[in-house]
Amino acid sequence: MKRLIALLALVLALPLAAPVLGQDTMPPAPYAYQQLEDPALEAKAQELMFTLRCLKCQSQSIADSDAPMAGDMRHQVRTRIAAGEDPEAIRAWLVSRYGDYVSYKPHLSSSTWPLFAIPVIVVLVAGFAIVRRMRARK
Amino acid sequence: MIPEIGLAALWLSAALAALQLIGGLLGAGEKSHPLAALVRPAALLQAGLCGLAFLCLLYSFIVTDLSVLLVANNSHSMKPMVFKIAGAWSNHEGSMLMWVTIMAVAGGAIALIERRLPERTMLATLGAQAFVGLGFYAFLLISSNPFERLNPAPPEGSGLNPLLQDVAAAYHPTTLYVGYVGLSVAFSFAVGALLTRNVTPDFARVMRPWVLGAWIFLTIGITAGSYWAYYELGWGGWWFWDPVENASLMPWLAATALLHSASVLAARDALRTWTIMLGVVAFSMSMVGTFLVRSGILTSVHAFAVDPERGSFILALLAINIGGALALFATRAGTVAEGERFSPMSREGALVVNNVMLSAILGIVLLGTLYPLLTEAFGVKVSVGPPYFDPVSAIFFFPMMAVLVIGPLLRWRKDSFARVKWPVLIAAALGLAVLIGTAVLTDIAVLALLGLGLSIAVAVSSFMPLRGRSLRRLPLAVWGMCIGHFGLAVALFGMSADSAFQQERLIASDIGDVVDIGPWQVRLDAVKPAAGPNWVAMEAEMQVAYEGGKWRDARPQDRHFWAPPQETSEVALITRWNGQLYVAMGNQVQDGRWQLRLWWKPFVTWIWYGGLLIALGGVLALVGRVVSDLRRRSAAGKLAERREEQEARA
Repeated sequence: MKRLIALLALVLALPLAAPVLGQDTMPPAPYAYQQLEDPALEAKAQELMFTLRCLKCQSQSIADSDAPMAGDMRHQVRTRIAAGEDPEAIRAWLVSRYGDYVSYKPHLSSSTWPLFAIPVIVVLVAGFAIVRRMRARK
Repeated sequence: MIPEIGLAALWLSAALAALQLIGGLLGAGEKSHPLAALVRPAALLQAGLCGLAFLCLLYSFIVTDLSVLLVANNSHSMKPMVFKIAGAWSNHEGSMLMWVTIMAVAGGAIALIERRLPERTMLATLGAQAFVGLGFYAFLLISSNPFERLNPAPPEGSGLNPLLQDVAAAYHPTTLYVGYVGLSVAFSFAVGALLTRNVTPDFARVMRPWVLGAWIFLTIGITAGSYWAYYELGWGGWWFWDPVENASLMPWLAATALLHSASVLAARDALRTWTIMLGVVAFSMSMVGTFLVRSGILTSVHAFAVDPERGSFILALLAINIGGALALFATRAGTVAEGERFSPMSREGALVVNNVMLSAILGIVLLGTLYPLLTEAFGVKVSVGPPYFDPVSAIFFFPMMAVLVIGPLLRWRKDSFARVKWPVLIAAALGLAVLIGTAVLTDIAVLALLGLGLSIAVAVSSFMPLRGRSLRRLPLAVWGMCIGHFGLAVALFGMSADSAFQQERLIASDIGDVVDIGPWQVRLDAVKPAAGPNWVAMEAEMQVAYEGGKWRDARPQDRHFWAPPQETSEVALITRWNGQLYVAMGNQVQDGRWQLRLWWKPFVTWIWYGGLLIALGGVLALVGRVVSDLRRRSAAGKLAERREEQEARA
């Protein structure tokens, strides 16, 4: 009986322990440090990986990070690209999981429009000022 | 005892700064004031005492005095000496002490050397320098005392981040700080000129060598920092648009713009208010950068909110200094008379384009750096990275490079395109030929393509100003300009070539495997353990050959530091004139093979050679300006002597 309880406890505890183990002791997913066979697909994956943020690092993309999580994300990107998924669809999937934070490429949205509007305004104002000064000279 | 001497010296320096501020402000008034005579000596003494305080901290690190909290937290008795010394400024308190020390030394230097400006303006300038300095003294003494003791002293220190245990990390922050803080001189000159309403070409001439000096250090610092990130992080990236990098880029952009507008003011007495404005902005960017790096806000806005003492202190300093200077600017700028006029087709016209474009890039970098912090404060996390910065800054950078092809060839005030037609057309044709040739032969991204074409055009045109001039009698400053612009072209070429043509291979290799990467062959011979004073490593013994040539050694390591524990990748770099082979070692795979990361990066080293050339151009310009100033001064002295003689005879 005691054994059974112990076994039961072990079985119950295992799912709890597994994710913890999964973090560090598991070997990295196959495509974390392995390129795709097809150079065109690999290039596509590379391009996407450089625009995805490693969530465990400070300001590194998943394409240049040693963090295990970045490795897992590289694996995800490569396998999905190999399966023929569109890069932007993969980005959207990752954004739906981790939020906008994961993508270095800000898309136009209610929270990012100033990033695009302000440079345009700056250009317009600077152009206007220069044109006006030049006119005033003549 | 030594740390207490340092602390006392620091308090005394702060007191002297207060004296300097009061004397400077009183002396800058209409009537002369007795305290004014104390301003220059106070600045000198302050420089000496602050230097002493810094030496005291260095000493504590050299002997690893663990009863000093800062040493205990950041050093370790087993560390190599050079990193013990570098440890003194590789932390918050030490770096802030370095900041005020450089600032005090710069203030002392202008007090000692600078006699060309009206004395009132000089006093106001020194007063402004003291004002900014006082804020940072207060910051150090109140919230980040570097000399704080720890009782009882621990038996061993907790070490220094292994990523920082690197020779580049030893001098990189120092050069950057000299650059950051050197710009405070430009700031003080601008404030001094505004306070005494004295914005003249002389003001620009006096300010220029200081800006140039600071700018040289910033250039070297950014170049070194980029190379450090390149080989230390182990993934071959050399610029990440990381906020910390942006923090050093922003003052550089502002200082570059300031240099160019100051040359317009010095030569042609135009762009007066704009130059003053840039003087204020440049140092403001230094302070913004320091705030970003030192407040902890980058890790997370919330971390900043939890322990806001230091961050809010710097933020308050920022608000006072920048706000004060801008308010002064707003009230006084109207009274600065408009300078000389010029036609758009002139050297000034081209330099205005340079300034507008640099300011726009600065604005974008500032926006992209601060925006995520801003949204995070409102609970929305976004990331702004290379996909934003690259294209948006290119919109301004490439037109600026295009104007750079023609600008240095133009005459001041008014010129016509017909006069410079041929050199410009030759440069443009070569650039276009490269652009079209590359576009036809390869399939690379449009930004890299434009970069390649423009870099060729600028490289060719950068030496065109030498055409038809006697090379031996040419002022050194002109050489400086040519080499600086050439360096920019070289760097741009390296960036474009690397991003367009680099090749990458990630492999799991057995002992004895040979793999190809670009024109290279790479063979893994053995993997052996290695050890250093504070690390152990697995080292790969590899042989590499370029296009079937001679085999050469490459030994990348996977290094484990133990105080504090951290893993770093020590890459092997095999350099040729046309690029670098980049070999990094990973972990062992389950089946016993070793992970290797290989890159062939064509012309990547040109990025940093370019950066160094830019700095060299700055050095030549600085030497040229200083020498000609000295000559002018001795000529003026002789003239005065002769006049006295004549008067005596009469």
